[in-house]
Amino acid sequence: MDADHIVEVRGLTAGYAGQAVLHDINFRVRRGEIFMILGGSGSGKSTLLKNMIGLYPAMSGEVFIGGDDIVGARGAAREKILRKFGVMYQGGALFGSMSLEGNVALPLEEWTRLPAAARALLARLKLQQVGLDGFAGYLPSEISGGMQKRAAVARAMALDPALLFLDEPSSGLDPVTSAELDELIRSLSRNLGITFVIASHELSSIFAIADRVIMLDGGGIVAEGDPRELRDRPTNDYVRAFFHHGKERAAA
Amino acid sequence: MTADRAAQPVLRVESGEKETVLHLAGRLDDATVAACWDEALGAVSAARDVRVDCAGVDYCGGAGFALLVALEEAAGRHGARVRVEGLAARFRELYDGLEREKLRAAPEPERGHGGWVADVGYITSERAGDWRAEAEFVGEVGAGLVSLARHPRTLRLREWWRIVEKAGSNALPIVGLVSFLTGVIIAFQAAMPMRQFGVDIFVVNLVALAITRELGPIMTAIVLAGRTGSAFAAEIGTMKVNEEVAALTTMGLSPVRFLAVPRVLAGIAVTPLLTVYSMAAGIAGGLVVLMLIDFPLATLMNQLSGALELQDIAAGLIKSFFFGAVVAGVGCLRGLRTGAGPAAVGDSTTRSVVTSIFLIVVLDAIFAVVYYNIDF
Ligand SMILES: Nc1ncnc2c1ncn2[C@@H]1O[C@H](COP(=O)(O)OP(=O)(O)OP(=O)(O)O)[C@@H](O)[C@H]1O
Ligand SMILES: [Mg+2]
Repeated sequence: MDADHIVEVRGLTAGYAGQAVLHDINFRVRRGEIFMILGGSGSGKSTLLKNMIGLYPAMSGEVFIGGDDIVGARGAAREKILRKFGVMYQGGALFGSMSLEGNVALPLEEWTRLPAAARALLARLKLQQVGLDGFAGYLPSEISGGMQKRAAVARAMALDPALLFLDEPSSGLDPVTSAELDELIRSLSRNLGITFVIASHELSSIFAIADRVIMLDGGGIVAEGDPRELRDRPTNDYVRAFFHHGKERAAA
Repeated sequence: MTADRAAQPVLRVESGEKETVLHLAGRLDDATVAACWDEALGAVSAARDVRVDCAGVDYCGGAGFALLVALEEAAGRHGARVRVEGLAARFRELYDGLEREKLRAAPEPERGHGGWVADVGYITSERAGDWRAEAEFVGEVGAGLVSLARHPRTLRLREWWRIVEKAGSNALPIVGLVSFLTGVIIAFQAAMPMRQFGVDIFVVNLVALAITRELGPIMTAIVLAGRTGSAFAAEIGTMKVNEEVAALTTMGLSPVRFLAVPRVLAGIAVTPLLTVYSMAAGIAGGLVVLMLIDFPLATLMNQLSGALELQDIAAGLIKSFFFGAVVAGVGCLRGLRTGAGPAAVGDSTTRSVVTSIFLIVVLDAIFAVVYYNIDF
């Protein structure tokens, strides 16, 4: 893997209980780009993402993150790779017994030597970046689902990782909040050079922020490239259906 | 992040005539900021204007922004101002976008504490509501069981069988072990003093009566409260937290009929069976001890058939029906009354076990009085 790429997936086959959901997946993510994994519900976006972050052991293949293979890594080597990225899970996965501030400050407590006041301030700063001013003291169960997602993004960003994995960041959000989140992602990418790998099927987000996409269907990648290019010159029927049905419905 | 990076001089303080200048340089990430945090804040504690020179900063992460904001706040506390200069445009944009006012520690939301008077009122009305809800629950479970008896087809058998299996047959080893050892202990403790008076054969009567009338049903119920009632509370509680219970309600299905009734029925069905098994195991434990102190098995069996009447077993079994209903019912009720968040599931589980054991003991006392009075 060269210096231009931060993630490389090679020959990844992955699934559950010996049943492969994804077969022989290959792609690379460039440093600093916003890379989206597209596909219908159940096409394996979350599965791909979870294998890329080492949550499930891949059935075969390799996933390089910043040059290190996460699939075979154990112990300290694995921990070192895990520190390179942040993750936002599809459901948010905030710790219910901690305030939002506590949730965001937790990785800081674990991994940095910042004094407590600095951690708390930094946590509130991250929460402000996702528009959750004034909710730092709330418990996850005391805020809405969309707010939980944004708090989860804040937690994923706590350690200023160079790479963020987001699973469906904007699904379940209203269009305004969703656009704000897109704007946040763009600004973080532009200003801090963070690379994003995002699983999504929100057309508006895709065209607003994605630099490059891959599309999953039937257990493999059916298209790869610039989203506008794919929309205007679809390479196969599934790609056409994905972009055009969505557009027709949005126009109707 | 690494030690050598933290060792770079990120901060240089220059205290001039009119102002203090902080020169920041290099990477401002969590490690470098942690290393210079105290020194930087210490430098702005005097009431003098501060200039922060960031010309040498080539990366500013969240911790860097936190440091700049903290400097502003610290200086502002004694009326001084902070000017940040030379920050690269891409960081400047994020920095200027921060709303300082809103970064102050926010108060926690109101969680309904209005002094002890309000608390007393609140808890009283809560309790009253609790009792009403509990009575309603008992009523609804009862009605559910009656309607199930009328229309047995409405029981979802596969689901019910799964519950029976988990609550019943999977509990056999632990119930057997606990009861057997209880029999062993009683026989052993009783045999020594009774042998002094030459009446040690009557240990058989003691064990048989104690186990069938009291200990068998109680041990079984307590084991059930610990492993089955708590499982009901956790399972239903998790469903409640995940809004599955809400989903049932909006589908027009009563969570009590759908979740609690089959479980209570399972509790009523398996507890007496487990109790009979527990009685057998307990008596076996007692007999084993007596055989070890040289009573022949035939003598013991003879004594046992004289000591034990069907009535004693019935007395234990009748109780066990009620114990089963209480354990399963309390587990379901606690599960359905789970609050929000994962900690609430833990609370419900704990409360289900504590409440069940308490009610078992209370019920047992009531049975003792009733049996005595009707001479059963
Ligand atoms: N824990 C699991 N065990 C077994 N199979 C699973 C599990 N999670 C997902 N699957 C299967 O893997 C396939 C891909 O699921 P995945 O969650 O990756 O889809 P997705 O593209 O993220 O969908 P969505 O857009 O709905 O989130 C599905 O067919 C699903 O049935
Ligand atoms: Mg998914």
